[in-house]
Amino acid sequence: MSVTDIVFILTAVVTVGSAVVVVVSRSLIYSVFSLLFTFFGVAILYVFLGADFLAGAQVLIYVGGILVLLLFGVMLTHRLYNLNLTTERFQPIAGTLIAAAVFASISLAAFKTKWKLVGEKELEPTTQQIGEAFLSSYLLPFEIASVLLLVALIGAAMLVRRRTDV
Amino acid sequence: MIELKYFLLVSACLFSLGVFGVLTRRNAVNVLMGVELILNSANLNLVAFSRYSSVGIDGQMFAVFVIVVAAAEVAVALAIVLTLYRVLNTVNLDRADVLKR
Repeated sequence: MSVTDIVFILTAVVTVGSAVVVVVSRSLIYSVFSLLFTFFGVAILYVFLGADFLAGAQVLIYVGGILVLLLFGVMLTHRLYNLNLTTERFQPIAGTLIAAAVFASISLAAFKTKWKLVGEKELEPTTQQIGEAFLSSYLLPFEIASVLLLVALIGAAMLVRRRTDV
Repeated sequence: MIELKYFLLVSACLFSLGVFGVLTRRNAVNVLMGVELILNSANLNLVAFSRYSSVGIDGQMFAVFVIVVAAAEVAVALAIVLTLYRVLNTVNLDRADVLKR
């Protein structure tokens, strides 16, 4: 077992373990902060897959943006003097059964299928390739994505403004 | 080199945990965290197939677009959650049953 394997196993254990804490923990703050470790773990897995640009984007957008947004969501939807930010569970048995069935079918498919794989590819920086693909074959989705972000920005601002100062 | 199926296994774990979170949580923000786990597991699969099969950079491009849509989604969803909190004074999803009454 090489060092790479050990680091991979550690990363996978941390990622999945903190994801378990996210969905099981009763405290919302614990959930948000263990989501941080899950996102970082996924970023490290991207590095294992040779996706350097995506690893950076994962840290910047998920950890720097989405996580802070979720933390705002937790803080703004509870009164601040009420410090026990807990959450309840419902349908635990049905949820566990469905999640176990989903896990079993996905991992069975992943292990049983004969994937058409190519051999070991050369590791190379991907940023230039991604940039060129954005401005050539993915130009239309790129523009649509920017319009989508603008629409989401305006929509979110419209939704949360106070009704009185229309 | 680590085999493809181990990445798929990690991704399957994240996906089913996300499904569990979406199904069993009452708090809307917590349900959103489950959705984020699901999107991350899908992304991990896209990047893994982009590396191990012959599709080239296309899998990573899809992953970039998934990240963009996830950012937009979480902004709008949190706006909806805040509106829900303002109207009902709670973010528990089982209390959001105004249409049923």
